[in-house]
Amino acid sequence: MQASCVLIEGTCSAEALVLVERLSFWGGLDPTTGRIIDPHHPQNGLSITGRLLVLPGTRGSTSAPSTLAESIRCNTGPKGIILAERDVTIVVAVSLTAKLYDKSIPVVVIETDDYYQIRTGQKLQIDPNGRVWL
Amino acid sequence: MILQLKPFDENLLSGNAGPAARFAMELIVKIARIFQAQRLIDISWAHVASCYYNARPSLDFAELLARGGAKVRVPTTLTAGSIDLVHPEFQRGDADSAAAARRLVALHRSMGCEVTMTCAPYQIGRRPKQGEHIAWCESSAVVFANSVLGACTNRYVEFFDICAAITGRVPDVGLHNRENRRGQVLFRLKDMPQWLLGEDAFYHVLGYLIGREADMRVPVIEGIPRTVSEDQLRALGAAAAAAGPVSMFHAIGVTPEAATLEAACHGLSPEQTIDVKPAKLATARAALSTPLTRELSAVCLGSPHFSITEFEKLTPLLENVRVHPSVKFYVSTNRQVLAELKERGWLPSYQRAGVTLVADTCTYFAPVMEGCAGAVMTNSAKWAYYAPGGLGAQVVFASLEECVRSAAAGKVRCDEKNWLTQ
Repeated sequence: MQASCVLIEGTCSAEALVLVERLSFWGGLDPTTGRIIDPHHPQNGLSITGRLLVLPGTRGSTSAPSTLAESIRCNTGPKGIILAERDVTIVVAVSLTAKLYDKSIPVVVIETDDYYQIRTGQKLQIDPNGRVWL
Repeated sequence: MILQLKPFDENLLSGNAGPAARFAMELIVKIARIFQAQRLIDISWAHVASCYYNARPSLDFAELLARGGAKVRVPTTLTAGSIDLVHPEFQRGDADSAAAARRLVALHRSMGCEVTMTCAPYQIGRRPKQGEHIAWCESSAVVFANSVLGACTNRYVEFFDICAAITGRVPDVGLHNRENRRGQVLFRLKDMPQWLLGEDAFYHVLGYLIGREADMRVPVIEGIPRTVSEDQLRALGAAAAAAGPVSMFHAIGVTPEAATLEAACHGLSPEQTIDVKPAKLATARAALSTPLTRELSAVCLGSPHFSITEFEKLTPLLENVRVHPSVKFYVSTNRQVLAELKERGWLPSYQRAGVTLVADTCTYFAPVMEGCAGAVMTNSAKWAYYAPGGLGAQVVFASLEECVRSAAAGKVRCDEKNWLTQ
């Protein structure tokens, strides 16, 4: 499937973790463990470390970028991100880790129904042209 | 749909104004392209959260900017940080984080930011005008600016906000465009008893409910009385913005862009109409409490920062009240309101009652609280929403009066007769 928009270029290959709701990284992710810690989130307790994180978008706090950036810095973050909509928080977080720590992950948006075909556990690959392969 | 940059923007991109301004403009332009902006616009005020120490990248980025010669180009205020700089003795976190937090604020001051340290920048004596373009962070301030003041801002996130301050420019997208301020989903208050519409707690719960249901759409609310207070409107907005991605709401006959339903919806029909009846509110209210215990360990007020008018309500309630020795009672506010309390000679009565006034920060994320083993009571839906995750606290959402009564008793004392089932 083809991404509608590439937010951060790059490649990765990882197992998908599909979040059924938006995630607030601040207060919702523990960057030291990579686990979701938001009691309001139905997937509270799951680890995003090393996964290709698939989520509809972000939610909540102004301080979300530093939480995601910290998890990327500490290697507890995802290997790549697929979003259903364009998102500032994630672009800001990854732009910072690229600049500060030379650590970046690919981030793409799939605005078509293809997004809803992705299932948790599928092995996915993002290529340099923003295509997502099963 | 190609982004048109001005010579000023190009100049910053070229690095002529230094590496920090260059990185800041690159990030602004990157976001502008992603959201297909056709131009950047000037802002008159930035309110930034990058002064809040959350983790290493917070400090590393500020150091990078300061080294790169960053200076803000527009008046820039700072939001609540992670420590109380006015009362350093309250700090209970580790010393390294506290030092990093202080360093972070100092770096922002060196870039030209005003050290206001408040999530309520509209309380510091000046306010943006209707139609003014600003770049504010802090979801509760953003929703207040757009909805109650009629100023125009998107919900800017940390790091991007300081880049907006350094460049004085933001992409012309989202709520900076009039068409995106159109009301899309109508919430009609139905069968609400008149007395309930006067209760502060009603607005917190309504906001939480709207935040959960409106999603990305701009909500319009029908049925809010014209007598609603500014504190009630801001409680509504703060709760909606905590529970969902809400950045603006209209209250028909109340907020500046909603004289009528037609005006709020720009002459179009709302995409959806949701009736809000008392039973629906009761469900939303219940979701704000996690009462596994009736033992009370603390009361936390002031999210967003307690306003002077809220203190005017609290002060008489505390007369002849002494907080129970087993309970901690915190009110978070800002330096400006604290100075006003001092001016009015009210500080001794808070000391006498055993209430701790916290400045610059908020109890749901700052390590100032002494234990929350039992329940923590709050009158703020926003606090109730964040504390279970942030502090691992059991929360009881209640009215201001119930919070004070419980603090004195040392036990949760809510009205037996639920205000929504009467």
